[in-house]
Amino acid sequence: MSSGNRTIEVELFTTGLDAAGRPQRTPLVTNDGGSQLTIAAPEAMEPELSADHMLINIGPQHPATHGVLRLVLELDGETVVRCIPHIGYLHCGFEKIGEYRQYNQIIPWTDREDYLNSIGNNVAFALGAERLFGIDVTERCTVLRVIASELSRIISHLVWLGTTCIDIGAFTPFLWAFQERENVYNLLEGWVGARLTTSATRVGGMAADIPAGWMDGLRHFIRTFPHTIDEIDRMLTRNAIWVGRTVGIGVMTPDEAINWGLSGPMLRASGVAYDVRKDFPYLDYETYDFDVPVGTNGDVYDRFLVRMEELRQSVRILQQAADKLPEGPLNVDDARVILPPKSKATSEMESMIHHFKQVMEGPRPPAGESYVAVESPKGEKGYYMVSDGTSKPVRWRIRPPSFVNLAAIPKMVEGHLLSDVIAINASIDIVMGEIDR
Amino acid sequence: MGLAARPDGRTVSYEPQSSEGWVATRLDFLVNWGRANSLWPMPFGTACCAIEFMATAASRFDLARFGMERMSFSPRQADVLICAGRVPFKLAPIIRRIWQQMPQPKWCISMGACASSGGMFDNYAVVQGIDTIIPVDVYVPGCPPRPEGLIYGIRMLQEKVLNERRMDNRLRDEINPDPASQLYIPPSVIDELGEPFGNSVHQTRQAP
Amino acid sequence: MTEKFDVVRAGSAVPDSAPPVSPRNVQHRGGEPNATARAIVERFPGAVSRTEVVWGETTIFISPESVLEVMQWLHDDPAQRYDFLSDVTAVEYRDLDQPIEVVWHLRSLPFRRFLRVKAQLPKRPALEIASVWSIWKSADWMERECYDMFGIRFIGHPDLRRILMWEQYKEGFPLRKDFPLRGRFSRSEQLRQALAQNPEAKYSMEELTIADAFEDLPDDMRRRINSGARTGE
Repeated sequence: MSSGNRTIEVELFTTGLDAAGRPQRTPLVTNDGGSQLTIAAPEAMEPELSADHMLINIGPQHPATHGVLRLVLELDGETVVRCIPHIGYLHCGFEKIGEYRQYNQIIPWTDREDYLNSIGNNVAFALGAERLFGIDVTERCTVLRVIASELSRIISHLVWLGTTCIDIGAFTPFLWAFQERENVYNLLEGWVGARLTTSATRVGGMAADIPAGWMDGLRHFIRTFPHTIDEIDRMLTRNAIWVGRTVGIGVMTPDEAINWGLSGPMLRASGVAYDVRKDFPYLDYETYDFDVPVGTNGDVYDRFLVRMEELRQSVRILQQAADKLPEGPLNVDDARVILPPKSKATSEMESMIHHFKQVMEGPRPPAGESYVAVESPKGEKGYYMVSDGTSKPVRWRIRPPSFVNLAAIPKMVEGHLLSDVIAINASIDIVMGEIDR
Repeated sequence: MGLAARPDGRTVSYEPQSSEGWVATRLDFLVNWGRANSLWPMPFGTACCAIEFMATAASRFDLARFGMERMSFSPRQADVLICAGRVPFKLAPIIRRIWQQMPQPKWCISMGACASSGGMFDNYAVVQGIDTIIPVDVYVPGCPPRPEGLIYGIRMLQEKVLNERRMDNRLRDEINPDPASQLYIPPSVIDELGEPFGNSVHQTRQAP
Repeated sequence: MTEKFDVVRAGSAVPDSAPPVSPRNVQHRGGEPNATARAIVERFPGAVSRTEVVWGETTIFISPESVLEVMQWLHDDPAQRYDFLSDVTAVEYRDLDQPIEVVWHLRSLPFRRFLRVKAQLPKRPALEIASVWSIWKSADWMERECYDMFGIRFIGHPDLRRILMWEQYKEGFPLRKDFPLRGRFSRSEQLRQALAQNPEAKYSMEELTIADAFEDLPDDMRRRINSGARTGE
């Protein structure tokens, strides 16, 4: 199994064809002679229309803002001169609440913070807390967490795909994407009992092992899901409207992307091959054979291609994880964090006291701090926890990838048309729950 | 056209054999029947519940079966405000503004624990239940509610609509809060505060 | 026709090194510090107060006055190249005598390094520290959030105003330890204030100057806009 840092560049298609009939990137405006022609706007059209700048407000309640984002746009005609985003309409004080909760009690909050990636957040938080306790989880738990993370990447990208399609004017892929999401929900429901807010992990292990027969369901999903990707791919990737709305829109160069702190598919679409799973691995991701798709144009279309390819790579990882899932204990054998078995807790005095102290006081990590980042579907998701030796963290900081990605929107929309703002905003894959926390 | 209310007053029967073209029913019933089966929802989705709301509207649960597939993202063309997700204080004036923009008759479903009661967010930032701002007809519990739960809530709302009486003015009268109470804000102030600044064509300035 | 970029690869400065692996058996304290730690002590002997390694992550404590200088060096020096600013945040301890710490998490993509830099701010009425916005644009919103939640002013930030709470929010800085979990005011007072957010809260001062509505604003607001004052302060 390869453990190198491989990177593949995504092959890009558009509706344009070259002489040999192969797809190529072409602007949509061509003349009948075959060579490309750019139509310049007539001089006379410009002046008096652009006299006044207009202020237009999008949101906080707007179908295309993916939540309660608010954008104030200064327009010159239909061109965006300046964009001022306003956030905070969903600020719910997660980080403050974290200071009043024990480590295991924080896990339900991680579900609701980036709610498209609930189970992935559970995994990330558990990894961070385990670093504070100095715990390495068991082999079986590691593989199950990889399965959880990749399933959650798939459902998150599917929501992105569906809602972006609606924004740009296609409704059918939304239905297909949500049909597949229901399949994943069925799997998650069979595992942890909840569809969306899973709370699947605990410090030192998982809340539950997978039930009997669950792996067959996963294998069935692995077999059938690529067909859906192919269908959506056929429908969108060479679609003239899709390409026309996305190519060349919202370009970020690699240097800009790094400097603005973009991460995840946003960064990789700009041609920076940085993936936390490859470069700062966790959960033994280095033992899986998968590729990191990288775009080379940095526009909305490349972000779409990168995410589509990530869906396929996630299926690859799921396949390998399903093949290598070992038998063995699920939770670590560490009395500091793991509850005694129920039969003992109700029959033995020591176990009962231990159980009581675990639940009422909570596990206490030594004083210290940890910053654990994982590759969430949106980018580098970090949990920074500071402990002072008590059972509740002094500080629980979430490094939200879409918060940082969204901060670059004024840069990306400048000079584009108003309708492109919607496409660019959709391409960032924002989740307001994570941005505002 | 042979449309008749059954004696129980709750269903309409249709007999194609009859060609006399008459309808006999209570006016209340006919109006409510029409309203209940073509509710246009205004999805005010803020957080996790909005994802379950989308799942309800998507293929498997198919909200169209209840006459609700026409999402109205503009409050002025909506009948039901479905508040899906938590509402922080910063959003409070916005949800009230949306409610005021909706025309009568209007209903409100509070979806999920956070919208109904603040849920697990008992802290400085979150409104402890949207019923402190706007009237709520149906509360759907759950965090988030499953699509079946939301559909059950919608069926309950339809039931409620079917049982309304046209003559009962109290239902649709909007009563201002007691002027002596702290929550009272005079209408002129509400207009002034609630009026959006930027959607007007007058919001211009000279180009540099 | 869009321009194609060359692919930038993480780890490009150390092409021969072994591929990174997931950390295992990490020690609580001690362990090999990041290679940057020694270099920074040599370069800025006066600025660095101490270096520690906790759970395998290197933390460098620097003095608040030297932040901009050190950060600029970390970003520009060819042997460091910390080009990716992961996070800017602050920590206040439960022990109220301890200073507030401002924390930067840096990544060097070419070297695949991770570094935590901290500056300790003694608790004074004015918490001030230099902004790193001029080095990393990603600091923009993270510093604003830090200001919003802790009240730390980042000197040199172009647009330091509240980001998550509304601009007239009167209760203070929520993540400070002296701020109660449920806020300072009663629920009804919180709701009343929230519902009475005025038009200023809906548009920032900067935006209002674009609008024609400027002429219609109350006198005192116009005066404050003209004098460059910000809302909510």
